This record gives sequence, C-alpha cells and structure tokens, in this order.
Amino acid sequence: MLSTLSKKILMCLTGLFLAFFLLIHFLGNLQLFLPQEQAHLQFNAYSHFLSGNILIKIVSYVLYLSIVLHAIDGLVITIKNKKTGGDYQSDQRGRASKWYSRNMGILGTLILIFLVIHFQNFWYVYKFGAPPLDAKGNKDLYVLVIAVFQQWWYVLIYVLSMVALCYHLIHGIHSAVRTLGLYHPKFVHWFKVIGTTYSIVISIGFALMPIYIFFTVN
Amino acid sequence: MNLHLKIWRQKDNQTAGKLVAYDLQGLNPHMSFLEMLDTLNEKLIVNGEDPVEFDHDCREGICGQCGVMINGTAHGPLKHTTTCQLHLRSFNDNDTIVIEPFRSSAFPVKKDLKVDRSAFDRIISLGGFVSINTGQAPDATVIPISHELAEEAFDSAACIGCGACVATCKNGSAALFTSAKITHMAILPQGKEERNHRVLSMVKQMDAESFGHCSNTEACEVECPQGISVLNIARMNFEYNRALIFKKK
Amino acid sequence: MTLNSKIPAGPLEQKWTRYKKTAKLVNPANRKKLDVIVVGTGLAGSSIAASLGEMGYQVKSFCFQDSPRRAHSVAAQGGVNAAKNYKNDGDSVYRMFVDTLKGGDFRAREANVYRMAECSLNLIDQAVAQGVPFGREYGGYLNNRSFGGVQVSRTFYARGQTGQQLLLGAYQALMRQVGKKTVQLFSRHEMLDVVVIDGKVRGIIVRNLDTGEIERHAAHAVILATGGYGKIYYLSTLAMGCNGSAIWRAHKKGALMASPSWIQVHPTSLPQSGDYQSKLTLMSESLRNDGRIWVPLKQDENRAANDIPEEDRDYYLERRYPAFGNLAPRDISSRAAKERIDAGFGIGPLKNAVYLDFAKAIKEQGKQKIEEKYGNLFDMYHKITGYDAYSEPMMISPSAHFSMGGLWVDYELMTTLPGLFALGEANFADHGANRLGANSLLQASVDGYFIAPYTIANYLSNEIHTGKISTDHVEFEKAELAVRKQIDELLQIKGNKTVDYFHKTLGKLLYDYCGLARNEQGLKYAIAEIKKLKQEFYSNVMVSGQLNSLNTELEKAGRVADYFEIGELMCYDALTREESCGAHFREEYQTADGEALRNDAEFQFISAWAWKGEGEEPELIKEPLTFEEIQPTVRSYK
Repeated sequence: MLSTLSKKILMCLTGLFLAFFLLIHFLGNLQLFLPQEQAHLQFNAYSHFLSGNILIKIVSYVLYLSIVLHAIDGLVITIKNKKTGGDYQSDQRGRASKWYSRNMGILGTLILIFLVIHFQNFWYVYKFGAPPLDAKGNKDLYVLVIAVFQQWWYVLIYVLSMVALCYHLIHGIHSAVRTLGLYHPKFVHWFKVIGTTYSIVISIGFALMPIYIFFTVN
Repeated sequence: MNLHLKIWRQKDNQTAGKLVAYDLQGLNPHMSFLEMLDTLNEKLIVNGEDPVEFDHDCREGICGQCGVMINGTAHGPLKHTTTCQLHLRSFNDNDTIVIEPFRSSAFPVKKDLKVDRSAFDRIISLGGFVSINTGQAPDATVIPISHELAEEAFDSAACIGCGACVATCKNGSAALFTSAKITHMAILPQGKEERNHRVLSMVKQMDAESFGHCSNTEACEVECPQGISVLNIARMNFEYNRALIFKKK
Repeated sequence: MTLNSKIPAGPLEQKWTRYKKTAKLVNPANRKKLDVIVVGTGLAGSSIAASLGEMGYQVKSFCFQDSPRRAHSVAAQGGVNAAKNYKNDGDSVYRMFVDTLKGGDFRAREANVYRMAECSLNLIDQAVAQGVPFGREYGGYLNNRSFGGVQVSRTFYARGQTGQQLLLGAYQALMRQVGKKTVQLFSRHEMLDVVVIDGKVRGIIVRNLDTGEIERHAAHAVILATGGYGKIYYLSTLAMGCNGSAIWRAHKKGALMASPSWIQVHPTSLPQSGDYQSKLTLMSESLRNDGRIWVPLKQDENRAANDIPEEDRDYYLERRYPAFGNLAPRDISSRAAKERIDAGFGIGPLKNAVYLDFAKAIKEQGKQKIEEKYGNLFDMYHKITGYDAYSEPMMISPSAHFSMGGLWVDYELMTTLPGLFALGEANFADHGANRLGANSLLQASVDGYFIAPYTIANYLSNEIHTGKISTDHVEFEKAELAVRKQIDELLQIKGNKTVDYFHKTLGKLLYDYCGLARNEQGLKYAIAEIKKLKQEFYSNVMVSGQLNSLNTELEKAGRVADYFEIGELMCYDALTREESCGAHFREEYQTADGEALRNDAEFQFISAWAWKGEGEEPELIKEPLTFEEIQPTVRSYK
C-alpha cells in the first residue's frame, strides 16, 4: 500500500510527464498555423514520422500508461479525501483557497472526457480507421482536423476543455513542484510564475488552433 | 448587541447531532467569543438545560485546546487568531453565527463541540523529537546555529496543535501539522541525525490515523493561528523523498 | 510534628553534588518492577515522566487536558534564567542564588535556591539538545535578555513563546517514551484523590473526563506536578482548567501545605472589561523595559490619554522608586498600581487600570524598533482590546499569576506523605515570598529533569521488594467510595446558582481581602465569608449532567469545592504572618512611606499547615529558615 505521500509522487511524476508531453504536442501542432498548403503536407508528414518511430512508440506507451495511472491514482486520492474531509452544515472554507485547487478531480474528469473525444476524433481514426491519403501518400490527418473543426460545437468543446486544462495545469504544476519537495521560498516563487505562464501559453495556444481553423480554413 | 446562534449539539460519538438555535441579547462587543459561550451556558444551566461542551483552556491563544468552526471557517473570521482571541466586535449586531466542531474522520466528535485530537499526539510519539535522554546534552554552544536558522526553526516549531489545518482542509489532511514538526527537527543540527527515520515513521502514523492527502490548496496556512507556512509541507515531501532514496535496505 | 527538610551537610555549593554522590540507586533490572505515577504534564510533569521512562521505570502520566502539550507551562512568555554568563557580565551561580533569594525576600531555603541556580546550567544544554529554538545572535551563539530585579542578562528566550518551546521539548521527550511504551499516557484524566496504605502513598483515584469512569491506579511513588492554584481568584493569568485540587486532596490526606497565601500578582496584565470576563491576559513583563507607567494626577480624569498633558500625569513608579523606576520587581509594581487605583486614579471604563505608555520610546527609538521588540505583544493587545498601542498607551492592571506557596517538600521534593513528591509550581520550594521573572520555567524544568530523577530513585531504592501493588486494597476501595460520594453529593444539590457564580464570588473576595494587600480585619471577615459561601455552595449550586459522561460542570464544581478550603487556608496563613514580605503585604506592617516591613526576628520561617478535618482550624507547623551564606537585608529598589 502506497503512503499518502507516495501516491502524491505518482500523481506528480505522471502529471509532470503529461504536462511535458503537452509541450511537444503543442510544438508539433504549431504547424497547423502554417499557410494552408504547406500545413497540409507538413503536418501529415510529421504525423507519419511519429507513428513510424520506435522511440516515439515507446514514449507513446508511457504516455498511455501515465494517463491511466494519473486518472486511477487521482480517483483513489479523491475518494479517500472525500471520506476523510469534514462535512459542515455551514461551509465557508473556500475563502482560504482557489476553487480550481479544490476541484482538480472535476477538472481532471473534464479533461479525461475531452481526451476520449479527442482520441476518438483523430487517434482512433488515424490508427484504426481508413483515412484518405495525401499527395505524398501519407495518411491525411490534416483533412480530419479541418473536418472536425468546421463544426462549431467541436470548437466550443475544445476551447472549453482548454480552459479546464489551463486551471488543471496551473495547480497541477504548482502542486507537483511542492510534492517533489522544493521548499525554498525564492525558487518556489519562480516555479509558480514559470508554471502559471507555461499553463496559460500552452492552453491558449491549443485553444487557438480550432478557432484559427474554424475562421480561416474553408 | 444581540446574536442568533446555531450550535452543533451532539450527545456523544454514537449519537447523531444537529444544529440547535439559541438567541443571546445584550452582549458586550468587547466580550470574547468563548465568554459569549460562557454566558450562554450560564443561562442554559440555570434553566436546567445541558450546557454546550467546548474545548478551551489558556484563553490566550497558545495552548491550542480551543477551536471551533465559526460560520464555516476554522477559528472564525479573523486570520491568524484562535477562537479564544476572537471578540464579538468582529461580528455585527443581530448576526447569525453557526458554530460547529472541527471535523475530520481523524477527529471524532466527543460531545457537542469537543473533538478527539489525540491522533496528533500519536504522530509526535513516533518521531517528533530528538532522541536524547536527560543528562546527555553537551554544552549549549557547542554547535552554533545561525540566527536565521534558529528563527526558521522557530517558525515551524510555533505550531500550537489546535487542528485548524485539518478542520479547514477539504481533505482532512494533517500535512501541515506533521510537516511543521518534521521541518523544525530537520532544520536544526540536533535533529538531523535521525531525519530519515523520523519522516518515514511520522508519515506512516499520519496515514494510519485516517487523515487525507494534501492537495496543496494551501487553505491550512491561511487559517493557521500561527501562520505556519505551507512550505513546511514541501519540506516534508523533500525529506520523505530523500529518505526513500537514501534509506538503507 | 517537626519538619525535617533533609538539607545535606557541607558547604552550600557542595550540598547537591554530595547528595547525588551518596543517593541510593536502583539497578536497571529492578526499575521495570517499579511503578511511578506522574500527575500533570507541564514542564515538571513531562520532564520527570520522560526522565523516569528513559531510566526504565514503569510510568503512568496523567493530565486533564486533551493533550500533554496543552499544560499551562505553554503560556509562559518571557524566558528562562540560567547563570551561563555567556554575556560576560559577571553572572555566576552564586549571583543568581543571591538574586533569587533576595527577590524572594529571604523566605526560601538557601540550599534549594542554590541548587536551582546550579542546575540552570544543564537545563539550557538539555533544551538546546532537544531542539528548542532559543533566540540566537548572528554568529550562532545563544542570546540573552534582561529581566526585572537583576543586574545581569541571564534570560534565555524563544521569542515571546519560551514556555511553549520548552514545554514542547519536554512533551516530545515524553511522547518519545510513550512511543517506546515505557510511559503510559492518560490524557483527559483528573486526579481526585491519593491513596495511602500503611503510611505510604500507593496510588491515586482518577476520573476519566471523557467517559466519567472512576479508575484506580497503583504505584510505588506518586509525583504531583499539577501547577499552581492562582486560578482561585477566578480572574487570573492562568488557564481556565488550572486548579489546586490534586495538591489539596493530597493535603487532606496528610501532606502539609506551605505558605499558601504567597501568590504573585503580575503587574502587566490586561484589565477586566466586564462581569463576563473569564481571564486576564498577561502582557510580558519585558514591556516595562521601554514602557512608562502612569496615571492621571487628577481623580476621575475624563480626558483621553493622549489629551492629558505631561504636567497632569503621575509616573508613580519613577516617582517612588527612582533607582529601578518602571522596572521595579513585580510585587512592588503591582502594589503601587493598586495603591493608585484604590485612591481613585485608575483609568479605563471601569477605572481599574493604569497606563503603560510607549510614546517616549517610540519618539526616541522609532516605531520600527519598538515593533521589532514587541510587535507580537502589540498585535495581541490589539486583538484582545481592539486598541492600537502604537498611537495610545496600553491599559494594564495587576492580575493573580503564580503561587509561590504549595505542598511542603523537603530537599528531596518529597511531601510529608512518604512516596508523594511535588514538583514545579505545585510545591512551595524555591521562590520564597516572591518569584523573580523567568524563574518559574526554570524551577519546573530542573525539578523534573535534574532533581527528582535522583531523589525519587533514592526513595524507590527501598521499594524494590514491595512487589506489585494491588488496586483491590481496602484503602483504594475507601478512597474510590469517598470520591464517588462527593461527586454524588455535588450532583444531588440541584440548586439555582452556577459553579462559576461561586468561583467568581470567591475570587472577588480573595482579591479584596487576601490579594495585594491584607489586614487582620479583612482576613477575618474573608474567612467568615468564605465559610458562608461554601455553605451556600453545598446547598444551592447547580451542577448539570451526570457522573458517567463528559461533564465540564462537574469537573469545575469539584475544583471550586476545593478552592473554598484553599481560600480559607490562604487567609489563615496571611492572618498569622504578621509581617510584610514579598507578595504578602500586611497593611499593619509597613514603613511610613508605604514600603513592606519584614520581621525577621519573629517570622523567619516557612508556615506549613496541617489539615485537621472539616470545619476545624488548620494547624500551623513552622520550619525555621537559617541563613548561613548571606544575611537577610532589607529589599530596597529606591
């Protein structure tokens, strides 16, 4: 049985890995902002490269594992915390903390639901469906992306999910750094600033992709 | 001034409790919160009713025995103030005040507003000390300790063990309490020798007492009467990780 | 009955060393056959329980609080004295001994006082080794501050929470033994009687305050470290639960009480603001280093403090005691304040306080400097009163604080009941008629860490053949029955006045007639009134709830019942001591300018009192004090 602290470490390590993955994912997806023609081929080539690389394959399994562990561990922790935390008739405890720090479970669940949709939209179709091929003979993920983001409700779902992601990341990174044991007030402060900036940049960046496509690509 | 109170009444640990309404008139705003409860009890006793049981002792904010949830916040509206140091001037005439015990699964209610916080003692008993017997101490100045370090250790050692951190934590976590002692001892050269063993065994006991996980919401620091910093928790994590990595066998 | 204080022979500075050299020991294998009960978990109780546990005795530790860490030692603010002479200002064990004896107005035993000063050296070492974060200089060495009544800096401190930090050190040592199972902890248990079998104390009767159960516990020795009874005044600086019941019940079983009327009244506590008040919070004495105490020159002054010009103010301490001024010792400062308040110069809504003014210090040193030194005290003042002491003077008043009196003990800290020891404030030993600041933490600690471990072993060495003591003995039966009977009686009265009403009335009576100033007529009146009040208590008190449940009112009722008897004894003690010394000021015995007039020819003794039974006058037994090292002089702070 893991101690409460060890369970938090597991949360922290998987979470930080996922947060780092987001950066790679984000940098790759920046290609969507290229001129349409260029974006089309380059994005597909990039996707092809990723799916063929054995190293990337290993990383992707670590990624799936991280998502699963992060979710299960999070569930275990949340269930225990619900049991141990006090239940008050009149409850103003919220005044002392940020709402998103108290609701990581809910934010996480939203993100998990989003992930299911997201995987279903692209990953599943790309891997197991029969996507068309582009001019270079790569699977044409780009048209899939364009097709999905032509629908306003998908754009909305994606954007709202990025809001959830942003708050989840802000507290997650902050909390993970604490769990790792960084206690020097100066560095803690810097990491808070860096973590928050990172969360906002990544989330806004991701959110801009569907919006950009919705409004520019026809 | 007049106040409308809603106080948690619970006969014992086996019986369900509920909020009961009481009205008090003609209170002096300079009265302390606990003196207001004294006044209420005086009335109840004379009327042949059971007085409200609440914990308190020194009434100057240092013993850590008092502590109730006042309108849903631990020790009431003022920051860094124990219940006994809270005065009625912090409320308005005709306010309704809900008073409940500190709650957590590790703090069972004994009666009314009294809870059992002996879990804290058990955590300390498994490592919250320097293992030195009486009479073994070398001269006090053998190991110089810098002013900054001594002050830092004091900041952690200032904990009064009231349990507000647990009560205000949505998870009922005792991380702040436990980490304050671990940090106090880890900072000082006297406590460093047994740091690995200390953190492992104190955390183990903390978990055994059915406290929840710390999720770094940092509410505990805000409601702590002594303003103990949440960085103590980070320090505990550091000590714990360090112990896991470096422990032998 | 003559009292044998068992002071070892030999020169003063060798007495304790000699005692330790010759004291009998118990071998480690035998220690685990010996049970010791410690009642109270303050500095004295925690430290002796921990020390005995470390040595291998079977220890049971009792406290009425919900955790040992809450014992009232926790509230001591200022510091702890030790003659370390780290400041190189000429301090020494001898000088500390002289200061303490003189501060106590030559009403303590030389040998005890010297031993306390001697052991003070070890205490600082012990505390530092436990991780007590004492204040330090930038170079890393321990810092000191100065305190009232002495000319050197010998007070070690941990901000304004020295008591808390020392207690936590002792508490942690205790909990370490609890973790190792050498000490069994019984928190929320209150001692209600001691059990005497064949002339020796063999156990106690306690009530589990959470369940109401009455329990018997047997041991080869019982240690009372239950603190002082200053809460008898109701309004005091003590915690609400502080009480004299443990020592009083031991007294009724045969242990003598010494000098019960010597109660220190602290000059700088916050004044009472209304009838509802339950507690007078202490403001550290250190404030007097920079604060100036004054009252208006005019009676019934209605102007606000800041509107009263210099020429209309009376800095009475500076006026009466130019040499020490605002730093005059506690008893003198308190009395001077009372004198002004009684004469109608008091300030505040109830005209019961004096000003403690920092305007001059702020002007000279700057607000920042004052904030650095006293910030936490000013914050506390603001929290409690709602006033800002940076912009207007504090209002302070004297408040009952520490009982120098307590169970009579010999040099071994054993009471007149064999097997019953009293440590810390519960005994009368080391402070004479007035305690110096920062000596109470010291006394409690050295009693528990360094003195009792030797003296108790010396006693227990004769108990190794006793064997396990059974709680089925008829004396246990009798004691338990008596306890149950008393509780039943209290619960049956069902009158219409609360316990607190009686406590408050008794407290007021004692403040007025057996407080800062006493006189024959008043004391006689008080004795009669207390008797009446006690009678009314037993016919008209309302104790709600039952025996077999958590019942705070019942706890309080038992304590107040004892307070009537303690209060009566205090008055007898004050009445028979026809002199003024230390905290005991008899109005009949003062100089022309209102200073205390001690009478060494007739009263150079400790008054030890024996309980003669319900309604009987107590019997006075005198322990003469002899001074070999220094001769008593008149205490003058002019």
